[in-house]
Amino acid sequence: MAGADGDDSLYPIAVLIDELRNEDVQLRLNSIKKLSTIALALGVERTRTELLPFLTDTIYDEDEVLLALAEQLGSFTALVGGPDFVYCLLPPLESLATVEETVVRDKAVESLRKISHEHSPVDLEVHFEPLVKRLASGDWFTSRTSACGLFSVCYPRVSSTVKAEIRQHFRTLCSDDTPMVRRAAASKLGEFAKVLELDYVKSDIIPLFTTLASDEQDSVRLLAVEACVSIAQLLPQEDLEALVMPTLRQAAEDKSWRVRYMVADKFSELQKAVGPEITKNDLVPAFQNLLKDCEAEVRAAAANKVKEFCENLPDDSKENIIMSHILPCVKELVSDTNQHVKSALASVIMGLSTILGKDDTIEHLLPLFLAQLKDECPEVRLNIISNLDCVNEVIGIRQLSQSLLPAIVELAEDAKWRVRLAIIEYMPLLAGQLGVEFFDEKLNSLCMAWLVDHVYAIREAATCNLMKLVEKFGAEWAQNTIVPKVVAMANDPNYLHRMTTLFCINALSEACGQDITTKQMLPIVLKMSGDQVANVRFNVAKSLQKIGPVLENTALQAEVKPVLEKLATDQDMDVKYFAQEAISVLALA
Amino acid sequence: MLLVEDGLGICVVHLSPLSLSLSLSLSLSGAGGGGNDVQWCFSQVKGAIDDDVAEADIISTVEFNHSGELLATGDKGGRVVIFQQEPENKSQPQCRGEYNVYSTFQSHEPEFDYLKSLEIEEKINKIRWLPQKNAAQFLLSTNDKTIKLWKISERDKRPEGYNLKEEDGRYRDPTTVTTLRVPVFRPMDLMVEASPRRVFANAHTYHINSISVNSDYETYLSADDLRVNLWHLEITDRSFNIVDIKPANMEELTEVITAAEFHPNQCNTFVYSSSKGTIRLCDMRESALCDKHSKLFEEPEDPSNRSFFSEIISSISDVKFSHNGRYMMTRDYLSVKIWDLNMESRPVETYQVHEYLRSKLCSLYENDCIFDKFECCWNGNDNVVMTGSYNNFFRMFDRGQKKDVTLEASRESSKPRAVLKPRKVSAGGKRKKDEISVDSLDFNKKILHTAWHPQENIIAVATTNNLYIFQDKLN
Repeated sequence: MAGADGDDSLYPIAVLIDELRNEDVQLRLNSIKKLSTIALALGVERTRTELLPFLTDTIYDEDEVLLALAEQLGSFTALVGGPDFVYCLLPPLESLATVEETVVRDKAVESLRKISHEHSPVDLEVHFEPLVKRLASGDWFTSRTSACGLFSVCYPRVSSTVKAEIRQHFRTLCSDDTPMVRRAAASKLGEFAKVLELDYVKSDIIPLFTTLASDEQDSVRLLAVEACVSIAQLLPQEDLEALVMPTLRQAAEDKSWRVRYMVADKFSELQKAVGPEITKNDLVPAFQNLLKDCEAEVRAAAANKVKEFCENLPDDSKENIIMSHILPCVKELVSDTNQHVKSALASVIMGLSTILGKDDTIEHLLPLFLAQLKDECPEVRLNIISNLDCVNEVIGIRQLSQSLLPAIVELAEDAKWRVRLAIIEYMPLLAGQLGVEFFDEKLNSLCMAWLVDHVYAIREAATCNLMKLVEKFGAEWAQNTIVPKVVAMANDPNYLHRMTTLFCINALSEACGQDITTKQMLPIVLKMSGDQVANVRFNVAKSLQKIGPVLENTALQAEVKPVLEKLATDQDMDVKYFAQEAISVLALA
Repeated sequence: MLLVEDGLGICVVHLSPLSLSLSLSLSLSGAGGGGNDVQWCFSQVKGAIDDDVAEADIISTVEFNHSGELLATGDKGGRVVIFQQEPENKSQPQCRGEYNVYSTFQSHEPEFDYLKSLEIEEKINKIRWLPQKNAAQFLLSTNDKTIKLWKISERDKRPEGYNLKEEDGRYRDPTTVTTLRVPVFRPMDLMVEASPRRVFANAHTYHINSISVNSDYETYLSADDLRVNLWHLEITDRSFNIVDIKPANMEELTEVITAAEFHPNQCNTFVYSSSKGTIRLCDMRESALCDKHSKLFEEPEDPSNRSFFSEIISSISDVKFSHNGRYMMTRDYLSVKIWDLNMESRPVETYQVHEYLRSKLCSLYENDCIFDKFECCWNGNDNVVMTGSYNNFFRMFDRGQKKDVTLEASRESSKPRAVLKPRKVSAGGKRKKDEISVDSLDFNKKILHTAWHPQENIIAVATTNNLYIFQDKLN
């Protein structure tokens, strides 16, 4: 029914415009996503006078439509006539900045920030800044929260009187009645501070920062911690002690664990922002306290930062601080009551060995590694094993092998299959670090045992693991150790195990090369084509298709082709299907 | 302490000096209860008039929003009805704006949990309004398992103008389309829409009894029989368990959580009450899991007052913070207690709601009434509290003037602006004129849910399937 006789180019646009108000959300969404096409067809004039007023009123729509609209409008400048007319985009974005859905508001603010740069300085003062003011003094907190994100983009480009007004508005929002607005202001405090002149940072931002950091709402105070990082970066070193540190010290000892958690979580950034001297004097004791915090969440967050914190300590006192202040706390965490804390520590503790060097690692860290390798919680052990490479570089993995092996064996047999899966994934890494000899002696049998695990995901991972091992140790090793065991499974009474043989062959053929594949694997696959279970037979067809490209052409023609032809006449339709597929893929027809 | 003789033998009832004077003033003062001798008069009644009540129509919760302009009710049929107060009529200054239906929607549907082979009722257990964030209104409603966030918004414009069809849907001949039309918004009749915004599901194994929005306006709690969970209002796939009283062995279970509420302005503080009559106050600043309470409010039980029913009647059915956050009120079967948050050892005030039932506990146990969960509420400035009773009676206690009153929500007195007559129940012995004998009380007519306008003397009282609105008489 396309308007063959009418204007061809008009019809699809007409459909798009009509679908802007279709009942089906998906159609509306599609149409909004093609808003630029509509605008292009309407031309800049009609886009400004008709389309944008319509869009301004569309804020009743579903979130996803509004989100798409807010995003589109951020790159709409050319479609309304370029920077001279970019202010026309403000009304729809202003109404989107007041909706209740945070994602939509945030996107509208993002687009407003984007187009603010396209305003001339005059337009910025005439159109954009009044919008910010309107939002900042709006009745509902949704508009006031949106305003918080817009101050920093207009501030650098307006006159000093308007600047003073903007600062005043920001101050007002920082002491807003609702915690939502104070949170929005607190989260933009650092960003706003960055565009302010240093004098105003000291005279305006610092008092606001101090007030927000002692807000009655935990959720506001914890955001002030983030602002602390940006503010500290802006101030000269000599002012930090007086202007920032009292607040930071207070936050690190806040009554609410959520605020302390935030301090722990941001510790590395804080450390960099305040510099080495304050770190030595203030942050080290603060960090010790966080590692000993009564709330496990805080300890876990701090434990996560142990390595980074130690790495970034000033060189002159690094070793001393670690040995006398941090390590004692770390030792306590190794036997923490909470497994998340131990697990967080286990994921970073190995990193300390590179900082401390061989002797200290052996003397002080090794006992901790060994203790964690024996931890009752599998995640702790896994985290240690997954970071073995750091230790390997410093002291060599052999130091650990005594404890490592039982830990691996235990994880390999863990009742939870996800734990088994995780350890399988570390096998290639371990194999590389431990060497062929150790691997053959201790771990090879585990890898084989996984092939007959009762969970498919484990068998699958075990197959993939074999391939990676062969890539590491070479085809000759495969021929001697792996292939015979895989081939032997072809006679297993359990058809699932017989299929595992096929899966292994699929995975190994490429890594093992033509010779081994043709001589040792192909005969087994061909033999299995007579299996009584149809699932095995069609997997034979699939395997042949997979290993075909690796085989010599003569073998393909002489041995594979007749078998596939026979399978193609199998009574089972799946077998037939896969056999025919293999024949056509291998071009044997 | 006062010795009181009742039908179950001699027992010692703790009465504060306040309630002592109260029981005296009961006979002295008739009218009043709303402070300054408020005269309550009938304003409106909502709901069907006929006597046979459909189960689905039974009102299960009543809640004013923060401005009092809107009043929401939930019922056993899973519906939420919202009433809006009309603007005041200038020509009739003695009459406040009436509440009329603003929006009605089906919040919850009956469901079946196939894994546990359990039916999930659609009954709305609680409604809580969110602080207003823009022109729309938001509320949380919950049944036993699932909490939903609803948006109630107005629409007074609609787009007009299609390119390819007429307004009535008939298609135009596409060949006649020679220019593009952009739709325009035109005014239309006001339409109120309720749309579900979030569904917070799968976090409660037991029945949800409470929801409460935090003063940080971004989180809320939900409590079931054994656990309290903390949610972020924008995140539906994750909640944090902050209280868990489930014993490892369910046979060791001795108490359940009956209600929970956030402090009105301290974002870190919440309380939960238990079936043993205790209230625990927790500080979320101390740790992520609030299994250790920071305060335990409990009135020591008098051993000589123990009976078979002691534990049942001491179970707390509702807990509400005062608006100023200084006090909290709890309701147990026979009394309302006001606690000062700074004193854990005993309530500062105790009000007997229907002490005359103490001798009837045995029959109330047999007809299950003893397990009724009465709620309670504060007036706007925290000096009067209200709670329900049987026979469609409800009670108000004036904390300052030490007065109390029993009023009745009934069709008989439902003439416009008719002043409600105080009711009296004779506790046995000689029945005075105007008194109702305990034995003639109708225990099927109970007022479990009441709400007080946050600023004004307007109350909403739910009888079985009717919602009564009363207000003070303006002169």
